[in-house]
Amino acid sequence: MLRYSLSRLVRHALTDRPWSRAWREAKPRNRYDVVIIGGGGHGLATAYYLAANHGIRRVAVLERSYLGAGNVGRNTTLVRSNYMMNGSTQFFEFSLKLWEGLSQELNFNVMLSQRGQIVLAHSPAQMDGLARRGNTMLLNGIEAELLDRGQVQHLLPYLDYSPAARFPIAGGLLQRRAGTVRHDAVAWGYARAADALGVDIIEGCEVTAIMHDSSGAHGVETSRGRILADRVAISVAGHSSQVAAMAGLELPIESHLLQAFVTEPIKPFVDHVISFGAELFYISQSDKGGLVFGGHIDGFNSFTQRGQFPKVEGVAQCALALIPGMSRLKLLRHWAGIQDMTPDGAPFICRTPVRNLYFNGGWCYQGFKATPAAGWCLADTIARDEEHPLVRCYGLGRFAQGGASLDEYGHGHWTYRH
Amino acid sequence: MLRIECPLCGERPYTEYRYGGDADKRRPMHGAGGIEAWHDHLFLFDNPKGPHREFWQHVQGCRQWLLVVRDTATNIVAEVALARDARGMDRQGPGER
Repeated sequence: MLRYSLSRLVRHALTDRPWSRAWREAKPRNRYDVVIIGGGGHGLATAYYLAANHGIRRVAVLERSYLGAGNVGRNTTLVRSNYMMNGSTQFFEFSLKLWEGLSQELNFNVMLSQRGQIVLAHSPAQMDGLARRGNTMLLNGIEAELLDRGQVQHLLPYLDYSPAARFPIAGGLLQRRAGTVRHDAVAWGYARAADALGVDIIEGCEVTAIMHDSSGAHGVETSRGRILADRVAISVAGHSSQVAAMAGLELPIESHLLQAFVTEPIKPFVDHVISFGAELFYISQSDKGGLVFGGHIDGFNSFTQRGQFPKVEGVAQCALALIPGMSRLKLLRHWAGIQDMTPDGAPFICRTPVRNLYFNGGWCYQGFKATPAAGWCLADTIARDEEHPLVRCYGLGRFAQGGASLDEYGHGHWTYRH
Repeated sequence: MLRIECPLCGERPYTEYRYGGDADKRRPMHGAGGIEAWHDHLFLFDNPKGPHREFWQHVQGCRQWLLVVRDTATNIVAEVALARDARGMDRQGPGER
C-alpha cells in the first residue's frame, strides 16, 4: 500500500503521474474464510477488523453496486455518543473513541471534525430530560454539559430567540466530542486499509442465494458465480429482509425511507451540529459550505430511494422555526436512503439461527456513527462465534426474551413511528 | 407524490391519510397460541420489496379504513378497496397470521 503522508504529497505534486488505485479490482476466488455481503461502511469495517484484529485475511466483501453507493454515502455524517439507554450508551461511546483514532489507524484522512453537538430543549420538562441524559452520560465517563438559554444563545446566536419563536429555546445539552466525518472517506479508507491486508473487495457482485443446510451456511451464489465460505455475514442495511430471506430468516425489520438535504454553499455559519428538540431535525454545515440537514422517515415502508415532497416541506418548516435566517437559501440537492427500522429503534449484531451466518442490520437512524464499532464488534463476533460483550444487548432474540428495553423514546413496536 | 384513490372521495395525496401498516398481519385470538405467536405478530415483518397489502385511513376525508395494494419498489398503487369489504376476500381467516 502506498503510504500517504505530507512528504509523499509534496513529492507527488512535483510529478505529473496520477495517483495509483487505492485498492485492487479483485476477482472473486472460489473459496474464502469469511464472505461479507454488503460493501458499505459496516461491511468494509468488518473486513478490515477481521484482518487487523483477528488475522483472518481470506475475506471477501461483495458489493452489488459500486463501493459507497448505499447508506454510507447518503447519511448526514454525524457522529456522537449522547445516548441514554444502557447498552447503546457504551456501544456508541466505543464507536466515538474509534472515530477519534481512525485517520491514523487507516492512514486515510476521514476528516473527523469534533465541532460539538447541541441537543436543544424547548420546555422545562425537556430540560429535565436532557439533565437526566447528561447524567447518564457522565456516569458512563462521557463528558456532557447542560446549557441554559443564555449559554445556548452565546454559542448559537442565529437561532430564533424572539418572543414570536414557535418553540422558545430553554437550553441544551452539549457534547463537545461529537461532530461530523467525511462519509465517503470512511468507505474509501476502510476499503484501502482492508485491501492492503489481503481482503478482496468485489464490486458489481450481487448475491442471489445463501447456500445453507441444517449444518449451517456454506457460501453464496452470486451474479459472478458460486463462492464458498466457512462463514457468511450479512451487512446490507436497507435490504436486510431480502438477503436474510435467502437463508430462510424473517426479521424484526421494516424498510423505510429517510431523506437528507443540502443547501447551496454559504460562508461559515453553523459551527456546530444542532438537534432541534421540538421535532426530529438536525443540521450541520459541510466543509464546502452547504447546510446539511435531515428529519424523520417518510412514514410508510418503501424501497424507492426517492423521498416524498411533504417531508421536504416539513423539514424546511423545522429549519425555519429554528433558524429563520435560512429562509432565502436554495435547496441544492435532496436524496433518500433505505433504512432498516426495528421495533425498538435499536440495531442487531449477532449470530443467527443458521450456524456460521452472522447478521448486522436494523440500524434505524444510527448506522453511520456506529460504523467503526459495528465493524469491530461484528468481526469479533465472527472470529469467536460469540457476541462481543458490547453487542450482547443487540441480539435478534431480544423481543422474545423481554428484559432490558432499548426503546429510547418509548414508541412501542411500530417501526414507522420510531 | 404518492396518491391514493379513495373509493368514496376520489384520488387524494397520501398526506390526507394515516398509514396503518401491513394488512396481512392477524392478531392472535386471546388465549390462542403461545408467546411465540404474539412475538411473531408484534415483532416480525414480511417487509416485501414489491406488492404490499396495507391499511390506510382517510383521516382528512371520509375517515374510512382502506386496504391498499402498493408496490414498495415503485410506490405504484394497484388496488384500493374499503377495508370492511376487503375483509371478506381475505385469504386467511381471523385468528391466523
